[in-house]
Amino acid sequence: MAMTVHCDIVSAEQSLFSGLVQMVIVSGIEGELGLSYGHAQLLTALKPGPVRIIKPGGEEEVLFVSGGYAEVQPNMVTILADVAEREIDEEAAQKAREEAEHALHKAPSEVDYARISAQLAEAEARLRTLQAIRKAAGK
Amino acid sequence: MAGGKEIRTKIASIKSTQKITAAMEMVAASKMRRAQDRMALGRPYAQRIRAVIGHVANASAEYQHIYLQEREAKRVGFILVSTDRGLCGGLNINMFKAAIREMQAWSKKGVDVEVCAVGNKAASFFNAIGSKVVAAVRDLGDAPQANRLIGSVKVMLDRYAEGDIDRLFLVSNEFINTMSQKPRVEQLLPLPKDEDEKLMHEWDYLYEPDPVELLDGLLARYIESQVYQAVVENKACEQAARMIAMKSATDNAGELIDQLQLVYNKARQAAITQELSEIVGGAAAV
Repeated sequence: MAMTVHCDIVSAEQSLFSGLVQMVIVSGIEGELGLSYGHAQLLTALKPGPVRIIKPGGEEEVLFVSGGYAEVQPNMVTILADVAEREIDEEAAQKAREEAEHALHKAPSEVDYARISAQLAEAEARLRTLQAIRKAAGK
Repeated sequence: MAGGKEIRTKIASIKSTQKITAAMEMVAASKMRRAQDRMALGRPYAQRIRAVIGHVANASAEYQHIYLQEREAKRVGFILVSTDRGLCGGLNINMFKAAIREMQAWSKKGVDVEVCAVGNKAASFFNAIGSKVVAAVRDLGDAPQANRLIGSVKVMLDRYAEGDIDRLFLVSNEFINTMSQKPRVEQLLPLPKDEDEKLMHEWDYLYEPDPVELLDGLLARYIESQVYQAVVENKACEQAARMIAMKSATDNAGELIDQLQLVYNKARQAAITQELSEIVGGAAAV
């Protein structure tokens, strides 16, 4: 049996996942990270994006987080998400992306530019998560 | 003995008060359920972030964040979480007592005390007794919003970072069950270390991005989440305390009505008896 690590995923509103996993894949601020048993202690900020949980049987679950922090200890992984979602509304995400893209073309000031690109990144991350969910389900 | 009319008006007035307290009891009961749900939902996050911060405080990090450094206390800050409204029994008073006890202990050592008040009651009470209130949040409503709190919490964090205060405490009520709530004083800053023995050897995290930026964000988030959780919990305490207070007020009103009813009946009976004996006396005289 593969080595497993305890993983907790919580957001301010609820606890989304708690249990043993083979590996968790998160989008850290400096790139994607695959976390499994025995990983060195690590603290990282998270980008908006999918969190893939690979359970001991090889089953996959995908969640969306809009940012937050992850703490890794050799025997446990804790993900403190700002907002985390299990179900993603594709239409809303598409619309948000279009709106953000549209607004980006005629951004009046620099402050708005930063905010809108953050929105765009989040909408894109949602869509990416959706694809990952579909892929996991298709397997 | 008081006249029948006065007693009747008195009974009517107590009955209408009883109706109000009974209605408030029911409102508090339904609000309490929602407040408890909100408290339960926020709890996992608060607990997990607390565990993470405990690990961070134990790490023998190269970069020691200011929130982790113990300083000599010259001035201490208190964040006091109270309710916005009254009629909730001794909830606020018990909390104020606990806070004042703590503050006096510091004052005796020659340490100044500053207050950040959350909720109308703490704001007006600590203003009235002449404490130094540096920040206040009022009227949070039934569903407290985290971003309403962030401003005042930031005031205290900034004062800590600039060295104006050397300790930061959080005083709020702990929800034990519907019947009992207990005031709790907790040290927020500097961060208390986790007592977990297993992690006591030398180690440090890998940080992404750099430790300064990461810890700034994470620790601020931690304090905010602890304060937010305390506010949500206090809300549940408030509704529970109000429910109990209103229940006993309703019961007391019922008892009072029974007593007055008895007095009224006796007075009426006495009047009838007197009238009868007068008639009988009159008839005998004829």
